[in-house]
Amino acid sequence: MKEMKIIVCAKQIPDPEAPFSNVSVNMEKKEVVVDAPDVISPYDENALEAAIRIKEETGGKIIVLSMGKKVSDTVLRKTIAAGADSLILLEDPAFEKLESRSAAYVLSSAVKKIGGYDLILTGRQAGDWDSGQVGLILAEILGIPCISLARSIKISGSRVMVEKSIPTGAELVESELPALVTVSNEVGELRYVARTKILGLLKRPVPIPKWGMKDLIPGSGILNKLHLVELMPPPDMKRNCVFVEGTSIQEKADRLAAIIKEL
Amino acid sequence: MSEILLLIEVKDGLPDKKTLELMQGGIDLAGDLGAEVSAVAAGDETSRLAESAACYGMKRVYRLEHPLLKGFAPDIWVGALEWLCRKISPKIVLMSHSFIGKETAPRLSFRLNADLTTDCIGLKPDPKDGLLIRIKPIYGGNAVSVLKCTGLPQMATVRKNAFQPVEKVESKSDIILMTPDLDESMIKVKSLKTIQEPIVEMDKANVVIAGGRGIAEKEDFTMLEALAGAMRKTHGNVMIGCSRPVVDKCWMSSDHQIGLTGSMIAPDTYIAVGISGAVQHLVGMIRSKKIIAINTDPGCNMFKVADYGVVEDYKDLIPALVKRLEELS
Ligand SMILES: Cc1cc2nc3c(=O)[nH]c(=O)nc-3n(C[C@H](O)[C@H](O)[C@H](O)COP(=O)(O)OP(=O)(O)OC[C@H]3O[C@@H](n4cnc5c(N)ncnc54)[C@H](O)[C@@H]3O)c2cc1C
Ligand SMILES: Nc1ncnc2c1ncn2[C@@H]1O[C@H](COP(=O)(O)O)[C@@H](O)[C@H]1O
Repeated sequence: MKEMKIIVCAKQIPDPEAPFSNVSVNMEKKEVVVDAPDVISPYDENALEAAIRIKEETGGKIIVLSMGKKVSDTVLRKTIAAGADSLILLEDPAFEKLESRSAAYVLSSAVKKIGGYDLILTGRQAGDWDSGQVGLILAEILGIPCISLARSIKISGSRVMVEKSIPTGAELVESELPALVTVSNEVGELRYVARTKILGLLKRPVPIPKWGMKDLIPGSGILNKLHLVELMPPPDMKRNCVFVEGTSIQEKADRLAAIIKEL
Repeated sequence: MSEILLLIEVKDGLPDKKTLELMQGGIDLAGDLGAEVSAVAAGDETSRLAESAACYGMKRVYRLEHPLLKGFAPDIWVGALEWLCRKISPKIVLMSHSFIGKETAPRLSFRLNADLTTDCIGLKPDPKDGLLIRIKPIYGGNAVSVLKCTGLPQMATVRKNAFQPVEKVESKSDIILMTPDLDESMIKVKSLKTIQEPIVEMDKANVVIAGGRGIAEKEDFTMLEALAGAMRKTHGNVMIGCSRPVVDKCWMSSDHQIGLTGSMIAPDTYIAVGISGAVQHLVGMIRSKKIIAINTDPGCNMFKVADYGVVEDYKDLIPALVKRLEELS
């Protein structure tokens, strides 16, 4: 079978699963402040897992592409420790806080610069802005087939077969390669990576190329920044919880049963 | 006159509830902007759907009809909607943040050179420049952003419940048949087969009992089933739901998942068992009338949003609760 060159787009974001009590909104700076370490956006981890499984079958190379400022080494080297072959960072002040279309445009320029790819995997949506646009638009820009919400991905010859989630169950679809597939959590979690392995990689660093505006985009003024007019805290979700107490489990159960009866 | 275009989605041959909400959203915007609302029904046979959509007080309904539009195939639908938008140059294009909208809107936005905002919970025109002000929850619901984009068309997908469903009116919209220029070569992704799975509609439930990662074994869901059984006699339609980790473990199919990327529901009673209360879960159930949480961790977020809480291991509490409910009935 032909060796695959797979590009995985992975965004680094503040942990979207941090408890809501650790998240606040700075209205003045229009910023969400998350008191938790950064992570790779969860669906992008699923995408990496899917890529590694394909590589295990077909052989080949996985390149992780990540655009963003101050990307943390530890977080991104996890991708290499898990099974990616190389990592390319897209870093430039001009790449920050972009509209989805512009973000996809930057990624497309990097993908073209890498060249010769067979498959691009993205997450179904980034866990910070929950937009779900960049993958689909990237496929449009590159003019390649686009399959969304993959549960499982198989390569057969020059084609990709995907089982995708649809509201009534699943749909089996296929297209020619190269193609772009957006990945959903049903694919499975990224395999466990021992921390020592990540830390070991930090000691013997693989070179990580950094590409900026001048490497990728001719001229300025093509990229649109998000126009955030205002950022607000969410509506208050708190209720006054009445705790059901009791000296035994049965007593608590009896009290809860009485409450349920009254509802 | 400038035109607001929205995509009709269908359920049992008629516009679905999300579409009726979208129509009301479009009509509100049109009033503010002095624009007209049009809706588009896409498919291989659209007359019945268009007739029904024509009863809701919009200016016109396009029947975007072509044999290739049978069923939903993203490539061809995007092509057809692009064709229509080039023809009529709408000022605003709206879709539901549904399976179809999520896939179609971003691709269409690229082809129309427009910046799209997905999953909006509110839309209003900026009185200064007539552009759409887009209100969108971000960080799973931990913050609410207010956004604007320049350029035309203005595009957004809209979350369920953002608007009241539109009411029927006496007058009828004009129905216009359009045949888009489509051919097979636009289809780059081929559908081989669909696998129908039995689907539950969580929004039909009066009571949802949801299990999370705190449920230790798949078999323990039978305890939740027993509780559902005990409540069914008195509380109507009781269904079992779950948080995402339960789906990830393949213990339940994804139609049972409650939350941002699952169903968003508002039952009379929601009983969360072994669910910590991550914001992406809460946005799916916070509109429940009464929330009961069962969790061993007194500090978990689910208790902060609950009306009643029991700090207890579900393995001990639920069997005792079922026993008592059965005694009471
Ligand atoms: C973009 C994005 C979208 C997402 N969409 C969704 C979504 O739609 N729906 C969703 O649910 N999640 C979603 N998530 C995941 C979400 O962030 C959380 O990870 C998830 O909801 C956690 O599920 P949980 O509460 O069941 O598990 P955990 O957070 O692990 O909580 C388990 C709870 O069980 C309790 N427990 C343990 N043992 C017992 C016992 N014996 N008895 C009683 N209690 C016990 C623990 O105290 C704990 O509170 C999404 C995440 C992202 C990033
Ligand atoms: N800055 C980024 N760097 C790398 N990949 C990205 C970036 N932004 C978005 N993506 C990819 O596009 C997917 C969808 O993102 P979004 O449209 O922002 O929800 C993500 O899951 C990533 O795979």
